[in-house]
Amino acid sequence: MWIYEKKLQYPVKVSQCNPHLAKLLIEQYGGADGELAAALRYLNQRYTIPDKVKGLLTDIGTEELAHLEMIATMVYKLMKDATPEMIKAAGLEDHYVDHDLSLFYHNAAGNPFTATYIQSKGDPIADLYEDIAAEEKARATYQWIIDLSDDPDINDSLKFLREREIVHAQRFREAVELVKEYQGQKKFF
Amino acid sequence: MSHEKQKALLRNLQEVDFVLVELTLYLDTHPDDHEAINQYNQCSLEREGILSEYEEKYGPLMHFGHSFNRYPCGWSEGPWPWEI
Repeated sequence: MWIYEKKLQYPVKVSQCNPHLAKLLIEQYGGADGELAAALRYLNQRYTIPDKVKGLLTDIGTEELAHLEMIATMVYKLMKDATPEMIKAAGLEDHYVDHDLSLFYHNAAGNPFTATYIQSKGDPIADLYEDIAAEEKARATYQWIIDLSDDPDINDSLKFLREREIVHAQRFREAVELVKEYQGQKKFF
Repeated sequence: MSHEKQKALLRNLQEVDFVLVELTLYLDTHPDDHEAINQYNQCSLEREGILSEYEEKYGPLMHFGHSFNRYPCGWSEGPWPWEI
């Protein structure tokens, strides 16, 4: 079961209305290496992973849901005062005609979210290597968005999220070692 | 409304919660680190104090029986996290 907590993991402040930046940020909402994909990936893999790392997948998967809410908050705040003229100038009219200012799970190029963004192999090493790669890709994506963004407040929140990807990747690397240790044990039946 | 006072108290909670998230993930892969377990429990205690002050002033942070209710409840009223 999950219980919702009525707060963000880290504050999200927006300097000014900027629908173009929102268009870029949606990559981390419904994109291949975004927070939705991350949460679904770990929370799905955990059922069959060895006991020693079930807790880690559950906890990182849960934290990803908090990151998804932070991205949603950024997009919402960047878009909420946008006029149709600003939407057009930002190249967001394709989104606007279908969704108005509401959010949707697609990437920056408008491709809808798909389950093919995540993998689940049942082999613990294969799954954990996928998870490490996913964190590194998400870290790189945050870096590219920070490079393109000129909103210092948004960049502060993005740097927090970029840092979290590094911590998650580190924990997954440790999980690989725990699984190797477990697989290397002699088993007596 | 700018909610500056609420945001400041929330920031205190977010800070202690950040330590707790870090310790949670760390303990998932280092379950035998007694110092980390002690730090986790210490932070949980610190969190309780900040949480009760926050909920007293700004209403419940959780539903489903994880926060005490009163009248008026304050859950369904904003601001929601994306609104402050």
